[in-house]
Amino acid sequence: MAANEQLTGTEQVKRGLAEMLKGGVIMDVVNAEQAVIAEAAGACAVMSLERVPADIRAHGGVARMADPARTEEIIAAVSIPVMAKSRIGHFVEAQVLQSLGVDYIDESEVLTPVDTNHIDKHAFTVPFVCGAKDLGEALRRIGEGAAMIRTKGEPGTGDVVEAVRHMRKMNTQIGWLTTLDPNEMMNAAKELRAPISLVQEVALSGRLPVVNFAAGGIATPSDAALMMQLGCDGIFVGSGVFKSDEPDVRARAIVEATTFYRDPEKIGKVSRNLGEAMVGINIDELQSIEMMQNRGS
Amino acid sequence: MIVGVLALQGDFREHIAILSKMGVDAEEIRTPEELAAVDALVIPGGESTTIGRLAEVYGLIGPIQSRCEAGMPVLGTCAGMIFLASSTADGDQAQLGVLDACVRRNAFGRQFDSFEADLEVVGLDEPMHAVFIRAPWMEKIGADVEVLASVIDTEGESHPVLVREGRILATSFHPELTGDERLHRMLVDLVDDI
Repeated sequence: MAANEQLTGTEQVKRGLAEMLKGGVIMDVVNAEQAVIAEAAGACAVMSLERVPADIRAHGGVARMADPARTEEIIAAVSIPVMAKSRIGHFVEAQVLQSLGVDYIDESEVLTPVDTNHIDKHAFTVPFVCGAKDLGEALRRIGEGAAMIRTKGEPGTGDVVEAVRHMRKMNTQIGWLTTLDPNEMMNAAKELRAPISLVQEVALSGRLPVVNFAAGGIATPSDAALMMQLGCDGIFVGSGVFKSDEPDVRARAIVEATTFYRDPEKIGKVSRNLGEAMVGINIDELQSIEMMQNRGS
Repeated sequence: MIVGVLALQGDFREHIAILSKMGVDAEEIRTPEELAAVDALVIPGGESTTIGRLAEVYGLIGPIQSRCEAGMPVLGTCAGMIFLASSTADGDQAQLGVLDACVRRNAFGRQFDSFEADLEVVGLDEPMHAVFIRAPWMEKIGADVEVLASVIDTEGESHPVLVREGRILATSFHPELTGDERLHRMLVDLVDDI
């Protein structure tokens, strides 16, 4: 590199911001007031969206990128990174979000997809996070340029079962790859429907090449600590905070449980008297067509 | 020798990995009891407001300050630098105030402006490849703070991004992300000098 030359938008810089968010909690917010509560509670970033997933479920219809004016207000209100959601495949929403100065774009199944193709994320300077149900899906997204992965879980339910299932599946598949012989890589790539270069990389390192957070249904401090003990790098909380009785108290408790995830006494202490958690929807009561995790694959 | 890495939030695992690769014992630190057992401390990159708030809640501010005053060597990277400093140019947050400096957070801009560059560092023969992520810079520094590296901004002004005051080292960038051991080596040498 030449002296004084500065390179922006590199893989290292994109993946690097996700590294800084590790061990932290990223909270969904719909306005500046919620963003300020989240920052004061110790959130390491906030996610701007029009409605939290529980309200998107209740409201129905097409869910789109938030009004840019809301996102701008949130950016102005906090000093922590601001993420924002675009629809799957909607590269113009992503271009708009980049122009607003958001720090990460979530190409998210919580919004209504516009294409069976995902966005070519290499074409952007701003980094992307994408959801995945298994290793193959995670590696396809990374192949498209995602710099961070999260489990899909089942958003807006307050039921953590799907996030657990997705994390376990990824862990099992990564473990399986590390046992394979180099001659088996192409068949493994075929089976996972993933780029062989990434499959080889994971087989060697025994981990995803990017940071992996838990998302989708996390509602309590114990849920957050459970996902951390299963090996996630950090936590997204969607409806869990601002659909509960006392958002600021619950937000603080989830942040502390994420730091002290191996300390049951501390988790117990922060879990006391939090008020009602979000009401929630049992996954078994959802039809497959109502499941957001089946959008994009 | 044990080097503690503050593990409240952020990329503490990368610091532990680099220290372990150097053959140094590295431990995650989350409580005052764990802090008491270490010879030096690394404060990692992360979100400085998150790290500051958790440090306050769990009673770590006072104990880290007393250890620093007693001469414990410390390396703070990015959020760690902000946490070590005495003030920020843009708002109130929990800080240790053991480094005589005012820091500007997100000084280079938003993530869009995050960058990589090669830096000349005082005392190092070869430049250091540095990764700046929503990075801070030093706005004002005290008379006893030595500048080891600077970056020139788009307006041609120079800003300190690596400084030393006594046994405290602070950087705007992330040596833990590039695998460059030289700043961690400086920290370990400070312990050996005691």
